[in-house]
Amino acid sequence: MSGILFLEQSLNSLQFGLMLFLLAAGLTLVFGIMDMINLAHGSLYMIGAYLMAELVTQTGSFWVALPLALVATALVGAALEVSLLRTLYERDHLTQVLATFAIILIANEAVRMIWGPQSIMLNAPAGLTGPVQLPGGMQYASYRLAIIGVGVLVALVLYFLVTKTRVGMLVRAGASNREMAVAMGVNIRRLFTAVFALGAALCALAGALLGPILAVQVGMGENILILAFVVIVIGGIGSIRGAFVGSLLVGLVDTMGRALLPIAFAKMFPPQVASNLGPALSSIMIYVLMAAVLFLRPQGLFPARG
Amino acid sequence: MKKIVILAIVACAFPLAMHALDQGFYISFATRVLIYAMAAASLNLVLGYGGMVSFGHAAFFGAGAYIVGILTFEGVTSAWITWPAAVAVAALAALVIGALSLRTRGVYFIMITLAFAQMMYYIFVSMKAYGGDDGLSLPRRSSLGFGVDLRNDFAWYYVVLFLLMIILYLLHRLVHSRFGRVIEAIRENETRAAAIGYPVYRYRLACFVISGAIAGLAGALIANQTSYVSPAILHWVQSGTLMIMVILGGVGRFWGGPVGAAVLLTLEEVFSGSKLLGPYALHWQLPVGAILLAVVLFAPRGIAGAFAKRPQ
Amino acid sequence: MAVDGVTLEVAAGEVHALIGPNGAGKTTLIGQISGSVGADSGEIRFLDRDITRLPSHQRVAAGLARSYQITSIFKRFSVLENLALAVQARSGSSFSFWRPLAQEAALFDEARSIADQVGLSHKIASSGLSLAHGEQRALEVGLALATRPKLVLLDEPMAGMGPEDARRTIELIGRIRAQVTVLLVEHDMDAVFRLADRISVMVAGRLIATDSPEEIRMNEEVRKAYLGDELAA
Repeated sequence: MSGILFLEQSLNSLQFGLMLFLLAAGLTLVFGIMDMINLAHGSLYMIGAYLMAELVTQTGSFWVALPLALVATALVGAALEVSLLRTLYERDHLTQVLATFAIILIANEAVRMIWGPQSIMLNAPAGLTGPVQLPGGMQYASYRLAIIGVGVLVALVLYFLVTKTRVGMLVRAGASNREMAVAMGVNIRRLFTAVFALGAALCALAGALLGPILAVQVGMGENILILAFVVIVIGGIGSIRGAFVGSLLVGLVDTMGRALLPIAFAKMFPPQVASNLGPALSSIMIYVLMAAVLFLRPQGLFPARG
Repeated sequence: MKKIVILAIVACAFPLAMHALDQGFYISFATRVLIYAMAAASLNLVLGYGGMVSFGHAAFFGAGAYIVGILTFEGVTSAWITWPAAVAVAALAALVIGALSLRTRGVYFIMITLAFAQMMYYIFVSMKAYGGDDGLSLPRRSSLGFGVDLRNDFAWYYVVLFLLMIILYLLHRLVHSRFGRVIEAIRENETRAAAIGYPVYRYRLACFVISGAIAGLAGALIANQTSYVSPAILHWVQSGTLMIMVILGGVGRFWGGPVGAAVLLTLEEVFSGSKLLGPYALHWQLPVGAILLAVVLFAPRGIAGAFAKRPQ
Repeated sequence: MAVDGVTLEVAAGEVHALIGPNGAGKTTLIGQISGSVGADSGEIRFLDRDITRLPSHQRVAAGLARSYQITSIFKRFSVLENLALAVQARSGSSFSFWRPLAQEAALFDEARSIADQVGLSHKIASSGLSLAHGEQRALEVGLALATRPKLVLLDEPMAGMGPEDARRTIELIGRIRAQVTVLLVEHDMDAVFRLADRISVMVAGRLIATDSPEEIRMNEEVRKAYLGDELAA
């Protein structure tokens, strides 16, 4: 396989992985600190994408709409947390799964009611619609490159926030030992709401950035949500570092698998078999990876819990 | 006992009544309810009685459906072959998935059952020869022989009702047997169950396989019901729907599955066809979601639970 | 280390008490013997058999049973159902899917006799949840006895009990010692010195003495580490 194809797929992996990280980071914090399985996390991603598309239409500018969409989704997230999700912290996982699943249904329908069942348009900002010349002579979409840039930036900011600030320390303490955090006098309620709102904003960022590449449609949350869960299981629940490594790993396995496996199979098997087997296997690769991690190192690669 | 007899009589009389009232459509609807009642009852066994939160139950339901779909498509139409095959394949899938998943606990168990179901979903999506993403239409319903034509809605209803009654009877014996008691004990206190000598893993796996097999039968029936199978039957959202039915009906209560299926499908039917809601009727999932949320938060014992006696 | 280089030997037919301050590792040791906790090294022999690698449920089949320091019963089952479950475990296979359990009179009769033994006959139909603390502790012991073990590990059976319940438990252990060997972990020194044939003392994960009650009472190291002036009187 050519070097250019390999480089292109590597960049795609990176781009996908970083966006997945935005979702996984919020999810792992909520799960790690509040011990809550939140299936509606994907809905926040969807809401972020829809709000972004709407705001771009209203304001005419991608860059003006972006911060507005983040804030709006963060508010939605905070409202959801304060009103509903708070009551779920003390409940068992099954209850959390069902309640947040119900929220998915409600959110999907609400979005359908407002924007209709068809997918809506969200375009890349002017100036980033064309390709960029990379060293080595290959062309790569400038927008995707920008996503990688934003993703790396956010990852660095999060890293700084979590490891170097006082708030971050509280968050990490909460992730590894909730009782201790409470004993330390942390205002747990406000911390939880803040963490949730931050997670929502990250989801919105991912949704807004991926909107031009993937379709903005009802149900987009469910597909990516399950990948985010795979990431945090692999990375370790409650660990930002784990979410980062896990996201890149999943991005790599998924993207490379989809690109390489069909080619590899075409060389080994007759075309009939290869065309069926290749895509199937590449889709399930991530789940095989997760299953492997669950057996070999069930607490994940970078467990946060002591 | 009397309640069950009345229920059976009503169930048997239902299609006749509908036919008389010229509401033939509802016979097909009722058949669908019966099929989902079976699927939900199978999930209730593993979730309610066994305490295993399996988020991948749709995999067994869908596998059963696809086996019938694929065999029928390839010309094997006898129900005496395709339906047992569906059950066998679903049971085998449950054995493999269960053997691996039951080595994990808690949220990891939920996640891994979800992952396995997704794997199966993608496997069927990739089968281009059998429709892939678009799904597969069955040329006809399975043939039962003995002069019974399953294309007739009446005959189909009674066959499904008969199978459901058998399955419910078997489940009733199961939950009141030694095995049933052990499964519930393991749900109540796994450590103690092991400490008094029960090999917990083996019991859970057996329960998981039985549950998967029944789901496979329900899947075989749903394939016939709609004469169509698609990977959507295996999607994790479908697993969630089955869970909703069990919770609505009453998790761990014997009639939880059937009651939940009846309630959810009826709600869906009522809301989506409601003239009251007007153009909003399309969005029936919203009030359903709201009701589910309310039940989960305020009435966790579900509907069947609300009518049951409190344990003293 | 929770358990450090412990060599403990329990003779058949005796009541062997294991005492020591909190955190000494007694419960961990019980867990290791019953199979719920792993051991990094060492060997556990039971009736001339190496059971170190056996999973819990097989140790039970071999004749080993335990009760828990923190009550671990089947709260939503009745006392009768709790005990019947334990009896059921060792009377035939429970991979029986068809026959109604309610028809197995023998199981329930035996459960009733065990309830009688531990003094719970009057509460036989009550759910585990509704029992008073002392009654729950009695059920704890009953569950362990119901498996008809040869050796029973009792982990602080009298934890949190008032004097009346404690007295009854001491009588119970006195009654069962004829049929079963007992390894008793307890803080209640009255019970320990009345019941034990031998006493072992654990401190900070190590076994510092094993001897008859009288010898233990006078052992300097034990007094310093644990008994103190308690038993000087």
